[in-house]
Amino acid sequence: MTEAYNIVTNKTLTYQQQVIQLAKLGENTDTSIYVDPQFTKAKEEGMICDLFEGALPYRPRYIVPDYSILMKNGSAFLELDPPKDIWEATNALLIMYRHVPSVTTFPVFLGNLDSLLDPFIVDEKEAEKAIGLFLLNIDRTLNDSFVHANIGPQDSKAGRMILRQTERLQCAIPNLTLKYDPELTSDEFAALAAKTMLVTAKPSFANHRMFTSEFGEGQYALASCYNGLRLAGGGYTLPRLRLNNIAKNASSPEDFINNVLPKYASLMAAHMDTRIKFMNEEAAFFKSSYLVKEGFLDPKNFVGMFGLVGLAEAVNTLLGKDSKHGYGHNKEADDLGVKILASLDDFLSKHKAPYSENSGNRYWLHAQVGIEKDGPDSSPGVRIPIGSEPEILKQIQHSTRYHKYFPTGVGDIFRFEETWIKTPEALVDIIRGALSSGMRYFSGYCENNDVVRVTGYLVKRSEIARLEQKEAVKNDATILGQGSRDLAHAFDRRVVK
Amino acid sequence: MAQAPINKIINFSSVDGPGNRMAIFLQTCPFSCWYCHNPETIKACIHCGDCVLTCPSDALHMIDGKVVWDEDKCTQCDTCIRTCKYSSTPKILEMSAESLIKRVREVKPFIKGVTVSGGECMNHPDFLLDFFTLVKAEGLGTLLDSNGFRRFADYPKLMEVCDGVMLDVKASDPAFHQELTKADNSMVLLNLEQLLNTHKLQEVRIVILPNKPDENERTIRYVASIIQDKAPLKLLRYRPFGVRDEGLKELGMGNTSLEEMNRCLDLAKSLNVKDIEIK
Ligand code: SF4
Ligand code: SF4
Repeated sequence: MTEAYNIVTNKTLTYQQQVIQLAKLGENTDTSIYVDPQFTKAKEEGMICDLFEGALPYRPRYIVPDYSILMKNGSAFLELDPPKDIWEATNALLIMYRHVPSVTTFPVFLGNLDSLLDPFIVDEKEAEKAIGLFLLNIDRTLNDSFVHANIGPQDSKAGRMILRQTERLQCAIPNLTLKYDPELTSDEFAALAAKTMLVTAKPSFANHRMFTSEFGEGQYALASCYNGLRLAGGGYTLPRLRLNNIAKNASSPEDFINNVLPKYASLMAAHMDTRIKFMNEEAAFFKSSYLVKEGFLDPKNFVGMFGLVGLAEAVNTLLGKDSKHGYGHNKEADDLGVKILASLDDFLSKHKAPYSENSGNRYWLHAQVGIEKDGPDSSPGVRIPIGSEPEILKQIQHSTRYHKYFPTGVGDIFRFEETWIKTPEALVDIIRGALSSGMRYFSGYCENNDVVRVTGYLVKRSEIARLEQKEAVKNDATILGQGSRDLAHAFDRRVVK
Repeated sequence: MAQAPINKIINFSSVDGPGNRMAIFLQTCPFSCWYCHNPETIKACIHCGDCVLTCPSDALHMIDGKVVWDEDKCTQCDTCIRTCKYSSTPKILEMSAESLIKRVREVKPFIKGVTVSGGECMNHPDFLLDFFTLVKAEGLGTLLDSNGFRRFADYPKLMEVCDGVMLDVKASDPAFHQELTKADNSMVLLNLEQLLNTHKLQEVRIVILPNKPDENERTIRYVASIIQDKAPLKLLRYRPFGVRDEGLKELGMGNTSLEEMNRCLDLAKSLNVKDIEIK
């Protein structure tokens, strides 16, 4: 039996999921892009992972269109005039979403929805209905948890409607981020967002000041899990170093930092160079896509994302510590973690990245959240292993030492007792403190929600139950959630009382 | 600087006043209520040494006639608390206001303020003055959670650096208060009025008992007649968790019914109290 046969006969896949997997199979028959045999070996040995991006990148991995252009000019390619009311605006967006590719085939960024839609709010009742239907449509047609919308930082009618409807609908999709800045975001809006987060596991809170200082005023977006990317741009590619496995090849922390890690980092960077050159020089996308022609995208705004997972386990292996006494609990371990990141950051600052003009001609670090196949000994990015989390204050203080290294994405997740729903202002105090202390991205949810955050994306427990009964479910990410739950105990996060 | 015996510090609390707060629990209390949930906070340790013998983790030692607790070795199994016959605990840190403020500074970006509770915080007024003065200098809020046994008007300096008091009114009937808490309530009722008049009454709390509807009603009527719509009222549901045998005998093993909670809520509403919460 061929792999294609297995896909076609798999009853837990929807039609759409089969199409995607079959396309990947076809893509991978091509060998035009040179792959260093050493890279292939590192991949086979579990040192590097290319996240199954495919052999022939026919579009960048993540695309972050500037949808304000659609509002202003409409689109010639899509034959859309600039929208004039809330129905035309939401309809135009829904149409365009079907024409924004990505590695998942779904759009990973839906726009800063409140600023896009607020100008169209006239009759509030009608607008709220339009926004509710818009969100429902997204959940049912863009069925992938990496579909991500942004709101904020300013309070607005549209922002409040989106939060209210998000709470009412209880959907896993879209993922949602509030760009939060205590100076720009009203306390009331922040509290409404915090309450919505507790009962629906979204929005997450992004450190607006931190992102603005790196990308410039209004120039960033949160896409996919929590990926910080430049507006009208995106992420070319995202392979990752599996630090937990790489550390096993080192004889000491020094050997790791000076010899072992640079070897794999160089292999990965070279692999990224080749793919990015191909995308810019040979693939049709940047030359022919309406997204580029009509100004929704500018190739200069794309960046290569240099991913990593398993820092916690790497550090613990190098120092011979167990997870309760090592990374997250021990200064020596935490210091080593910082040293490793500083060395990678230094490596990247010296490696000239092609076609990355607006990213300082370099790759930026990304704390990848992991995939189901990683198994239990590989924590997402720089997180402390689940089950070994210290109390929330210590966990936040720990994360603030690491988050600055990851402009293209890092975050931590906290699980709260139900009582916090009554005091969202108290939660906002914690989030404000966390972000002002240097945390980049804060996610949370309540212990017994149906919608829960697994590693970066959301799934519904009820859908996982259906998958376990061997039924097909529409959300692509549910199958990932099932794996993470079983393998990495992602549902067993420490509860904040 | 004055010191105080600290029973517990909770870095993040959402249930001890507005916003996220650091909650600090001081040891010793002049009352001994039937429904006390943490009776080990009532008395100072007399260093009898009983608990040293039962600690399974070698975290307690008798040094120069005093029990010393080793926080690093402790597994928080609470065997010591169950052993103690004197309503106390060996897990106490004697701290000065200056060492405690260091802990506050660490948490400062995350909190609106601190709330000192107990035991009974007003057993340590000198410490509170020192501590709140330092907390105020950090620009943070200061609340007390008190049973009102001591006259706040006698501590004008402390009240200057204290934003408000969350006052427990256990019972308005003097005889019943005596039975319930083993103490007199005349000072509590005086404080209720004085705190309200000086705008230091953050909220009033009444524990609603499962089997004393008349006392519940009497206390609510009394409190409502004083505070009216000028201060928030919290009605706390009796829960048997952590309560000693004596209290369980008087109040039983069940929570106060939701019907009784709602009856009390409606009563308070009908008496013109505006801001009422059931917890
Ligand atoms: S709680 Fe008490 S008995 Fe238990 S380990 Fe700690 S000191 Fe010992
Ligand atoms: S805590 Fe209780 S048992 Fe232990 S020494 Fe003090 S009084 Fe004795």
